[in-house]
Amino acid sequence: MTRTQGKRSAVEPQGENILTVDNLDVEYPLKGFRRKPFRALTDINIHIKPGETLGLVGESGSGKTTLGRAILGLAPISKGTVVFEGNDITQADRKQRRSLGRDLQVVFQDPYTSLNPSLEIGDILAEPLGVQGQSPEAARKRVRELLDQVGLPSDAINRLPREFSGGQRQRIAIARALALSPKLIVCDEPVSALDLSTQAVVLDLFLQIQKDTGVSYLFVSHDLDVVRHISHRVAVMYHGEIVEQGTAEQITRDPQHPYTQRLLLASPVPDPDRQAKRRDERHALLEVQRLEEASTLPVS
Amino acid sequence: MSEIEVLADQSDVGQKGTVVRSHVIKKILKNPMGLIAVGILTLVVLLAILANVLAPFDPNFANIGKTLANPDSTNLLGTDSVGRDVWSRLVFGARTTLLSALLCAAVAVGIGLPAGLIAGYYAGKFDGVANWVVNILMALPGIIVLLTVRAAFGPSVWISMVAFGILLSPGYFRLTRTAVQSVRNELYVDAARVAGLSDASIIARHIFSVVRAPIIIQTAIVCGVAISIQSGLEFLGLGDPTVATWGVMLSEGFKNVYLNPTLLLWPALAIGLTIGALVLLGNAVRDALEDAEKIKPAKRGSVAALNSRTAPGRTQNEAVAAGTEHHLVKVSHLGVGYPQADGSVKKVVDDVSFHVDRGEVLGIVGESGSGKSQTAFSILGLLPEAARIVGGSIQFDGKYTVAPTDDSVSQSRLSEFRGKRISYIPQEPMSNLDPAFTIGHQLVTPMVRVLKISKSEAKKRALKLLDDVGIRFPEKTFNAYPHEVSGGMAQRVLIAGAISCEPDLIIADEPTTALDVTVQADVLDLIRDLQKSLNVGVILVTHNFGVVADLCDRVAVMQDGRMVEEGDVREILRNPQDPYTQKLLGSMLEGKEPMTMLVSAGASAGGADNEKEAGL
Repeated sequence: MTRTQGKRSAVEPQGENILTVDNLDVEYPLKGFRRKPFRALTDINIHIKPGETLGLVGESGSGKTTLGRAILGLAPISKGTVVFEGNDITQADRKQRRSLGRDLQVVFQDPYTSLNPSLEIGDILAEPLGVQGQSPEAARKRVRELLDQVGLPSDAINRLPREFSGGQRQRIAIARALALSPKLIVCDEPVSALDLSTQAVVLDLFLQIQKDTGVSYLFVSHDLDVVRHISHRVAVMYHGEIVEQGTAEQITRDPQHPYTQRLLLASPVPDPDRQAKRRDERHALLEVQRLEEASTLPVS
Repeated sequence: MSEIEVLADQSDVGQKGTVVRSHVIKKILKNPMGLIAVGILTLVVLLAILANVLAPFDPNFANIGKTLANPDSTNLLGTDSVGRDVWSRLVFGARTTLLSALLCAAVAVGIGLPAGLIAGYYAGKFDGVANWVVNILMALPGIIVLLTVRAAFGPSVWISMVAFGILLSPGYFRLTRTAVQSVRNELYVDAARVAGLSDASIIARHIFSVVRAPIIIQTAIVCGVAISIQSGLEFLGLGDPTVATWGVMLSEGFKNVYLNPTLLLWPALAIGLTIGALVLLGNAVRDALEDAEKIKPAKRGSVAALNSRTAPGRTQNEAVAAGTEHHLVKVSHLGVGYPQADGSVKKVVDDVSFHVDRGEVLGIVGESGSGKSQTAFSILGLLPEAARIVGGSIQFDGKYTVAPTDDSVSQSRLSEFRGKRISYIPQEPMSNLDPAFTIGHQLVTPMVRVLKISKSEAKKRALKLLDDVGIRFPEKTFNAYPHEVSGGMAQRVLIAGAISCEPDLIIADEPTTALDVTVQADVLDLIRDLQKSLNVGVILVTHNFGVVADLCDRVAVMQDGRMVEEGDVREILRNPQDPYTQKLLGSMLEGKEPMTMLVSAGASAGGADNEKEAGL
């Protein structure tokens, strides 16, 4: 596993890993007598350092969201370990989770369903603070700070989620994740549901927060451009496995795995002539891969 | 931070915060039905509470010397067959009747609600067992159970209401369980789990709010049912004659119906009004919770007058402006709006003009809410019922589909084009295929209808089309159901359907947005190849400039319902004139230095670094 850090990062991540995932398998039991469980993840190994962003990219159904959920304790782990800050949290119970909630947080993809529609913003943001035993006044103060940090007006406290646009809701979700000053935030496709210009603003916010607080991100996305922009290192998932892992530079400039190569050339660029060139490169690559596949097929 | 300004102007839009509950109560009171119901119930409740003050006699005090008397100043409503004061009994009866109805509802809620919450949230064994119990309870004949209870425990109002409450609890159980199941996997519940909330607080905070409203509605109705069942039992003489309730009074009145019919009238009136009010209240609460404001269908005249586009008795298509017949589609100054409750019209598309020629691909780019889909849908004539064309015209192949004075898309005029000459590729491939029919069936049926060919011929054609769109085993896909194919494959099938009737124009609404990037590239290849070989005009609605660069000849950029820029694709992408286009292109990640700010690019990079150093 490569550990080289590119020159690209403003904050050089260093020190011990904050999160280490070893040989992780996730299996969902299926309904029905003696059915074999569905294996969503196979032999996952990743690690994240303080202040570092690991981008996780893959197509739908590749298991990238499941990996995030497994780390958060929302998916059934059947094998392997998840170590967070030196503690094994593979099978953490609710009580351990409560103390973990201080350091490990989440931002979900869909800003429309990740906020309870019947709670006011202030209550949503105060929820994790209350769990950690903060007094309502202290929580109120912190909520104001948070709203300021994500660039929302402080009168948002008494408003309901439906009064906000998608981008603003995603800021609220980010504020909720930030409430306890966590050390790692699992970001599950946090910008996929947003418009292009809103996506840019929210990505800026993520970068700014990392600069300010030194938080680490596990950044899940299907968009290689987004992952390249925000990550120090990138892991590529395909069919429930990590097929390639390295610095963002390596992965996006010189991908080794055939899927990553296809992915890189599949994303269209906003210029007709360069796109035409990229399209030709992609067709050439597909042709080469087809031939390779054909030549290896009889052997297996 | 510089984004604050960006946000500040967005946040002006929302209304001021209001607590939902007070909102609902206000809505109920605004509704005449709800107001009447609340009025009657308040009256009955006041009677029950103030019974001791309002009633001149004890409900069981009997004046043997004055039976079946007519109303007078001592006995306001007269007396019954043993000389008891009817008014006093009615007032005390209200107390007993209401309390017993509440007891019944409380028992039903007390059992059904927690059981439903637990079964819905945890599922598993408890759910299984609870469902069995519920099924048994629901299979029991209620009246027989109540008679049995009476035989075993004696004629007590309270015991029979507890028993009836148990019989009604499955209703609450099922209601709660279904509601909980629907939110159990919502992301905000996951977020609460990550925060470490205990199950009890998750249920109390996040899940209970979902079932609160239906429970209130159900309770109003259950109270009514309880009153009617209780009165029914007592009317049959199965109640406790020593307790004054409306049912007992009804029974008493019925016995003396020939001597003094009014004895029957008062309890019947009280029962009828109370039950009616409870049911009305339930309905009013439901109406108040259904958020959408009802918009009265705007009168044709008013909207037409508003836009001064009355079209009296026009049957003939007027000729389009000379010199524009050669355009495949020409949209001129199009405006689309939705009439609002207050009579105004909310415009979603305003003064949009463009044209598409044969063999040309036009991209319409914009963010959500920019009106790009509404524009495309008005060409297709697929706007929602409420939508109105408030300006401009659309012509297709030299004929108006929306003439300059029309206020809606003429379905009859468009139907000769739609499906035959104009076809559509939707955004969500899966939701646009009917899961109940095979893919083959869904391809063949329109061809038989539109092209008037035989079924076997249509099948042959469908197989060829599936082959054309790059499906490897056409025969297998033809016989498959939509759930058996992947999203990319489903989109290929829809593209096959779109070209099946040899259209001149294809309107593709975000055709690749729901697909993976690698699949998107394949589908774009397919659309490009087909467009070239069939020489059709394509209107491609998208938010992705990469897709535009890949397919389009010309591009129109839309913002807030207006078209801000239109031109050759190279011109727009390389040298955008409008600030909005520049902003959109500036938000693209391609070619940007990673880990740098996008919006405040360059300017704040140094400042941010300083901040970081200060912060660490």
